[in-house]
Amino acid sequence: MSPVGVPTQRTAGSRLLVVDSDGAVTDHTRAEFPGLVRSGDLVIANDAATLPASLSGFHVPTGAAVEVRLAGRDSLSPERVSSFAAVVFGAGDFRTPTEHRPHPPVLQPGDALQLGPLRADVVRVLAHPRLIEMRFQQSVEAIWEGLARYGRPIQYAHLSQPLEIGDTWTRIASQPVAFEPPSATFILDWAMIQLLRSRRARFATLTHAAGISSTGDSDLDRLLPFEEPYHIPSSTAALIDTNRGRGRVIAVGTTVVRALEHAARPDGTIRSGNGIATGRIGPLTQLRVVDAIVSGVHERGTSHYELLRAFQDDAALARMESEAEARSYRRHEFGDSVFVERSSFTLIEAVEHDERHRQILPPPLVAGRLQGRSRLAGHRRAAAATGRGGFGGVS
Amino acid sequence: MTNQHSQPLRVAITGGTSGLGLALVDELLHRGARVAFVARHREPVERAARIRANAHGIVGDVSRKQDIHPIAIQVLGALGGLDVLVNNASSLGPIPLVPLGDTECEDLELALATNVLGPFRLTKALLGSLAASARDGRHPLVVNVSSDAAVNGYPTWGAYGASKAALRHLSRIWDEELSGEDIRVTSFDPGDMDTPLHALAVPDADRSTLKRPEAAARELADVIEARNQHATTDDARTVREVFQ
Repeated sequence: MSPVGVPTQRTAGSRLLVVDSDGAVTDHTRAEFPGLVRSGDLVIANDAATLPASLSGFHVPTGAAVEVRLAGRDSLSPERVSSFAAVVFGAGDFRTPTEHRPHPPVLQPGDALQLGPLRADVVRVLAHPRLIEMRFQQSVEAIWEGLARYGRPIQYAHLSQPLEIGDTWTRIASQPVAFEPPSATFILDWAMIQLLRSRRARFATLTHAAGISSTGDSDLDRLLPFEEPYHIPSSTAALIDTNRGRGRVIAVGTTVVRALEHAARPDGTIRSGNGIATGRIGPLTQLRVVDAIVSGVHERGTSHYELLRAFQDDAALARMESEAEARSYRRHEFGDSVFVERSSFTLIEAVEHDERHRQILPPPLVAGRLQGRSRLAGHRRAAAATGRGGFGGVS
Repeated sequence: MTNQHSQPLRVAITGGTSGLGLALVDELLHRGARVAFVARHREPVERAARIRANAHGIVGDVSRKQDIHPIAIQVLGALGGLDVLVNNASSLGPIPLVPLGDTECEDLELALATNVLGPFRLTKALLGSLAASARDGRHPLVVNVSSDAAVNGYPTWGAYGASKAALRHLSRIWDEELSGEDIRVTSFDPGDMDTPLHALAVPDADRSTLKRPEAAARELADVIEARNQHATTDDARTVREVFQ
């Protein structure tokens, strides 16, 4: 897979690899995405805008140059921007891969950091020597002005030129609360949203403060993703409820899956309002709400990839990976995409769960799932008997 | 000025430290809105903000591309979202006004940057927030301040008139395109007002014949309020659609 060369919104010809509910893998373009959405489906995207979260400056006690990357906050409230979790890097810029950056000076509680017009104190060192809780000293208005005018978006060593903050905003970007772009959303544009609507699918959003994706330090990366605050509008929660039995919930981005599954009650209804997404989603997660996900092309071992394992078994994901490799899919924030449906096999297990709650499910959906169960369970047994893994081959 | 959820309307106004913009800041504050205003120079921004407890002043120049996202971020930081954007900041082009044949390209470029590209870029940067407001049932609105010079060919008003005509057409097309999102984009012609901009254009005007900016601000606030009240009937329809 080749890294992307220039920063860009997704072009119409960007690739979209589809893993369907039977585990079959097919190659498409981004422009074909609306065609994969069916009448009655509900597409939900993260409308967070990206903060200029990279602040260059110096560590006041030693005078050493540092780059501070804001990485977490316990609230989405625009009034609560004094305290952040942050990762501190030593001298250098995005042209040096993060894993080769020098370490910053040893950070102690009470140390001051001068970051352009902003001044902050180290409140405490968190689970790693370069991961701190910091507190800006200025007023809320001055913090916003400092971030807006002085902050830069977090940069990527694989890009040839620095990103402007506007490059990191998706078409639907609203509140600036994400630390890196909710990059799956780059697949959407206004024409596509209009097209989805004309096909009688619905479109809704939530806001999730997507955190940093990688720090170049394996010890730090093991702590990712940090706890991420999210907000689910009551209109979105209502659409999910009224959409049950009509169509699928398609999440654009891992952050949407994290927020919806965190906010899901056991019966699959959604708590609207504010929450903090905790924990990881992986192969053992029982998805309650989301039926399909649009995501970037992620490498095995990352938390994003682990999340896909809640949708499909490892054999199907291995086929997805080899197809992406064979077709030179571009990974990372500005590259290509995958569209992964929840496996029918996962669905079968969900039916057992749903049967215990069938009073809350519209009858047609339960019936459909039960039919799918007998048909696919038979297929699965047949596949196992012939020694082939999974449902379908690579198409 | 609140919406049907009894939450104050969140309004951003460019060119907010003089003339119509400042009068509109006061009129909307008076009607209970939360207001962020933008202007180029720090001193007048801070002076205007100091005596208006509920207004947020933002320093930025909409004609500069690199200022747009910093302005948008500060608007959203101050208001937590956006329901109404008023693109009011305007440039006359050459001062004093001169015939097109005597207009320097740079003066036309400045008028286009301030009156067309600035509103386009700022609206585009805030479109996601306006759409979020629409999905919350708050019926957002973009008002682009226009002029009869956008319609009539007045000699010496070439840079201003051509740029305002472009802005007016942009508003109409965008309004069509965004109707599905329930975002409205409209032009508002405040008339000939007694403002610093008018004094630059027509230094020897009889000011007693000019409209007070406060009067135009009330009319514009009425337009905003009408959109807001229209919302209630639309809302009933949206609810019906959802539960059909």
